[in-house]
Amino acid sequence: MNYFIIGYYALLIGGSCLAAHYKQRPAFLILFSLTLASFVMGIIGGEDALWAVTIAAGLLALAAGTAYSFREFLIVISGPQTARALRTAPLTAAFGMFVIFTYAVLGIFAPVIAPYGEAEVISQSFAPADENMLLGADQLGRDMFSRLVYGARNTVGLALVATAIAFFIGALLGMIAAVKQGWFDQAMGRVIDVVMSIPSLIFALLLLSIFGTNLVILVIIIGVIYSPRVYRLTRAVAGNVVVMDYIEAAKLRGEGMWYLIRREILPNSTAPLIAEFGLEFCFVFLLVAGLSFLGLGIQPPTADWGSMVRENATLISFGELTPLIPAGAIALLTVAVNMVVDWMLFRSSGLKE
Amino acid sequence: MADVGRIILLRLGLGILTLLVISALIFGAVELLPGDIAQAVLGQGATEETLAALRTEMGLDRSAPVRYIDWLAGAIVGDFGVSLLNQQPVADVIGPRFANTLFLAAYAAVIAVPVAILLGIIVALLRNTIFDRVANVATLTSISSPEFFLGYILILYFSVKTGWFPSIAKLSSSMTFFELLEATFLPALTMVLVVVAHMMRMTRAAIINLLASPYIEMARLKGAPGWKVITLHALPNAWAPIINVVALNLAYLITGVVLVEVVFVYPGIGQLLVDAVTKRDFPVVQACCLIFAATFILLNLAADVGAILTNPRLRHPK
Repeated sequence: MNYFIIGYYALLIGGSCLAAHYKQRPAFLILFSLTLASFVMGIIGGEDALWAVTIAAGLLALAAGTAYSFREFLIVISGPQTARALRTAPLTAAFGMFVIFTYAVLGIFAPVIAPYGEAEVISQSFAPADENMLLGADQLGRDMFSRLVYGARNTVGLALVATAIAFFIGALLGMIAAVKQGWFDQAMGRVIDVVMSIPSLIFALLLLSIFGTNLVILVIIIGVIYSPRVYRLTRAVAGNVVVMDYIEAAKLRGEGMWYLIRREILPNSTAPLIAEFGLEFCFVFLLVAGLSFLGLGIQPPTADWGSMVRENATLISFGELTPLIPAGAIALLTVAVNMVVDWMLFRSSGLKE
Repeated sequence: MADVGRIILLRLGLGILTLLVISALIFGAVELLPGDIAQAVLGQGATEETLAALRTEMGLDRSAPVRYIDWLAGAIVGDFGVSLLNQQPVADVIGPRFANTLFLAAYAAVIAVPVAILLGIIVALLRNTIFDRVANVATLTSISSPEFFLGYILILYFSVKTGWFPSIAKLSSSMTFFELLEATFLPALTMVLVVVAHMMRMTRAAIINLLASPYIEMARLKGAPGWKVITLHALPNAWAPIINVVALNLAYLITGVVLVEVVFVYPGIGQLLVDAVTKRDFPVVQACCLIFAATFILLNLAADVGAILTNPRLRHPK
């Protein structure tokens, strides 16, 4: 028994008592179940396990604090209408926005932020962290931190472009099918069914084996593979718009297909499409990271999170955490985007349960 | 019942048709190759004579449709041609590895399915409480993490730091069943984590959907106790969505297996596929893709059939 353990339990039990006294049911439940779980963890893992819990709780509090202040900041700087929408955003969504903002800054200003170039060899391979290198060196002696920063630009940028292509193809075809209907709609539906019945990673591998791992080809392949999902959603959303009276009126006015798509259907289906863009980005991003991890995506020496994990994986067998940082960066961004999308879907569904 | 049989047969036929189209796609994709396979094997420096000799040897001098039918007929009886790398029959290379992959997927599924369904139901019943919120964030994190992230974290904590399980899945034929289970525990656990998260979320959504339906409200209003509402009214109707969720997630396992196998150096078909893609060994790539696609379609088909069998409304389409 030392002061840390005494303080740890005193804080938890005191906290649960306070929560119970002020009838804060959720807070009480979480604090007290944490206390009970701590007994078990303390017996199995000893003091280290309790430290881990403390650190996790601290990080969580830090994230919540960041999210809260970022939301307040956004509310202050935005116009009255956006501010009203932002006030309803849960902390998770605010946290997601903060993470996306950080990644965007990292990606855009990568050359300014990174102390070294992405392919610059500055020390021995696997050199430990020192005052020059925040995270040490990778397998060729390049600065890990700089490569992480450049990775934000390369990996995320590539995924964004691929998602945009998927969206362009899928949404365009979906809206044309909704307007034209008839045989075009039927034929597209069947084609999409077939493409969607091949697992995307397998499909990507098949196409990459044939066309080789060229960056342009990679982006196009991923865009094509993911466009059917966008097509389905756009077809469904646009299908609901097409039956509206104002479309009928526009048709009677003699407007052409492009006018209908551009001026009538697109503005009326943006909300679900934007949410879908977020979701789609997550899938594409994970696929890009997976392909890079397999050595079939972005090719060296370009810095990329997926291949960084693979190249430095040997460090893990020495108990080092550094190779996991790029993988964690991938996970963090995907979680962040998902949280924001959740909130947007919740809003566009008319605040239902 | 005659109706059910007909509907299932119809679905089966549709599945086989899809598979045929996909096999044509897989075969046709290789035809898109600039030049042809012989050119890709021998490289740019090959002379015209050696190219022609190899073409005749591989049967490339015949027209594409003829070769496709030949390839398909072979594939149906398990003959996928010869590997370009080591001249071994592809079926001999794939066979044992496919068994390994099936073992890993089955191992993961046996753990994941009951856990996920149970947790999904519990979370659905506790919806909008703090536990539900915590579970939501936890499953979201698990889904959003790339498989290799989860895999390496497990290696770091359960293999390197504690030494409980081996980090590399080495298999040998002399292993007993329990040694096998121990050797493949970490790869299986990685897949379990991803699949449980997916399955839990889908089960939760299905159950919540169900609990919102009028007959559940009716049962509550007439005063039936909570456990009776769940077991007698909700559960019989929940089987269809749950079977659907299980089959869809097992299909998801099929793709997840590729990355997990590479992380753990597991001798399965996923790793073989990645190797074949890097070395451009087309017959192996085609065979692996066909097997993966067929499994995927089969599981989706199973989901459809399961839904028809458990939902009387689907048995009598309007």
